[in-house]
Amino acid sequence: MAVITYRQALHDTLRAELLRDPNVFLMGEEIGVFEGSYKITAGLLAEFGPERVRDTPISEEGFVGAAIGAAMLGLRPVVEIMTINFSILAMDQIVNHAAKIHAMFGGQCAVPMVIRTPGGGGQQLAATHSQNLEVWYAHVPGLKVVTPATPADAKGLLAASIRDDDPVMFIENLALYNTKGEVPEGDYVTEIGTANVMKEGEDITIVSYSRMAAVALDVARRLEEDEGIRAEVVDLRSLRPLDRTTVVESVRKTGKAVVIEEDWLSYGVGAEIAATIQEGAFDYLDAPVRRVAAAEVPLPYAKPLELAALPDATALVKVIHETLDATRFRG
Amino acid sequence: MTVDSLHHTVAPADAGPADPALVQLLTPEGQRREHPNFPLLLDDAAIRDLYRDLVLLRRFDTEATALQRQGELGIWAQVLGQEAAQIGSARALRPTDMAFPTYREHGVAWCRGVPPEKILELFRGINFGGWNPLEFRLAPYTIVIGAHTLHAVGYAMALQREPHNDDAVIVYFGDGAASEGDVNEAFVFAASYNAPVVFFLQNNQWAISVPESRQSRIPLYQRAKGFGFPGVRVDGNDVLACLAVTDAALQHVRSGQGPFLIEAFTYRMGAHTTSDDPTRYRLADELEKWKLRDPIERVKAYLSRSGLADAEFFASVDVEAEALADRIRSACVSMPDPDPLAMFDHVYADGSPMLDAERRSYAEYLASFGEA
Repeated sequence: MAVITYRQALHDTLRAELLRDPNVFLMGEEIGVFEGSYKITAGLLAEFGPERVRDTPISEEGFVGAAIGAAMLGLRPVVEIMTINFSILAMDQIVNHAAKIHAMFGGQCAVPMVIRTPGGGGQQLAATHSQNLEVWYAHVPGLKVVTPATPADAKGLLAASIRDDDPVMFIENLALYNTKGEVPEGDYVTEIGTANVMKEGEDITIVSYSRMAAVALDVARRLEEDEGIRAEVVDLRSLRPLDRTTVVESVRKTGKAVVIEEDWLSYGVGAEIAATIQEGAFDYLDAPVRRVAAAEVPLPYAKPLELAALPDATALVKVIHETLDATRFRG
Repeated sequence: MTVDSLHHTVAPADAGPADPALVQLLTPEGQRREHPNFPLLLDDAAIRDLYRDLVLLRRFDTEATALQRQGELGIWAQVLGQEAAQIGSARALRPTDMAFPTYREHGVAWCRGVPPEKILELFRGINFGGWNPLEFRLAPYTIVIGAHTLHAVGYAMALQREPHNDDAVIVYFGDGAASEGDVNEAFVFAASYNAPVVFFLQNNQWAISVPESRQSRIPLYQRAKGFGFPGVRVDGNDVLACLAVTDAALQHVRSGQGPFLIEAFTYRMGAHTTSDDPTRYRLADELEKWKLRDPIERVKAYLSRSGLADAEFFASVDVEAEALADRIRSACVSMPDPDPLAMFDHVYADGSPMLDAERRSYAEYLASFGEA
């Protein structure tokens, strides 16, 4: 297994899928000559040409809508939206068209397309360029929403998304692009809708996804080393479909759960997970399910304020301690 | 000068027969005209066929409106008044071309060979509807106005990837949709990629209650120039002109010259849908004026006067129209209600364990009531 970055894993998978299937093509702003704002598509225009790596006018609704039309003819467009913040401009095409054409037309016409887009804060990009809006899309039947946290899942889930016959929102995270990890070589596909137990443990369950799953894993390892707390970390990997079974089974084992997410607290992924746990593991719970999330403010540009607003390892450790204390776990 | 007075200076609202920009090959009185740029290459039988299309479409539309009024359809979007624009343009297509409709393109669906019953299934709501878009080369009806113009452009861009394929795409939308961002983005994309797409704008003068003058300060076909491709205004109630202009536009896009905008100047004789009452916002004399430009009467007058059709022909078309009305009425009223569990069927093309669980759970819920 090679150790590569999340960025490299995405790039290599795009290239492999372009080589594997002539129906796959890429489209988006700045992805060709400029090689992508985050260089995921570096070198692909030179290798595959402008027919398969298309630079577009600055028009998110335009290229998402065009991708839907191309998908209806049987192509497999992989659209890059520079950041998830700009996907708002394409919301009608995503929610009203990509997600619904198959159902509204009696299954006659599938829309096999992928929208790749990074979310996330912490880059001092200010409030309009730092959001985590994946939960908007996770709310919509007809869409699939995947959120890889590791380079291996970036590869496996991207391959699965491109080969899927339904529209997939593939949510990356700006702060993950340079993270490294082991990635299986060869054809490697991760089934969409399966959570990953990143670390096993008996004392408490930490549920997360995307960048916060990496934070959760780091915290869990440290707590075990420093304090002997054996936390289990569940990386959801996919928000729709959501693997509720893995979450519930973990909480039945540990009796305690904390959710950490980078988006705002209200109506967030944590709310859905807390509801899932009380439906599936109510009698197993020793303490209330707690949530760690971002402050409910437009994310500030000022670095100290941005750091204060985002959830982090310190906040997670504090809530884990409080949850364990509530059950007299620490004596 | 106020904005309103400027508007009236730049864009006369009424493009009657005297408007030199309007392509017309058959006057409202049934007189044939020639146009240097848009020759009509049709034999007499083909013109009789167009008449038959127009009459059958109107009869279908009238029957569907009646079915809605009698509670047999949830809603109906009438095509009344726009028959020539749709029949003329769609008859210019070849079978392998692709059409993207709104929710009012029953005439286009007719020409593409979609059985009218299929359209009634949609409006009756007995299933999630649908013909196979690739079988009939007609995309799904799109309810959100303008959105599908982008799908059409994307489809056309996909066609460009196939060498030796000179199929074309036509997309239908209206004067109201022309104000939407999607349509303008579709113009940008089609121009940028030289996509083989004909934009067929049916200017029926009204976006529900909003007149065309609220959408544009200039005639809509002139917008194409700003995007860098040709635009032509055609008499949308003249089936011959619509056919000839669409034929020329299709040749243009097939030959790799990029997109083409046709503004078919027509009139929505009926309501926006059966949920609308147009007498609340437009004057009766406007309707009366447009009745004199009826798309069917002028073809009948031309065929009669030129001796291309006799009373027997017109009577036979009428008989066929009544038979069509009877057929679709009995088909419509005998359509079975859908199985409630069908709602879970097509949410995901690849299926979904979550929906499978929902389906099972709902089936158990239904079964819990026992046999009625």
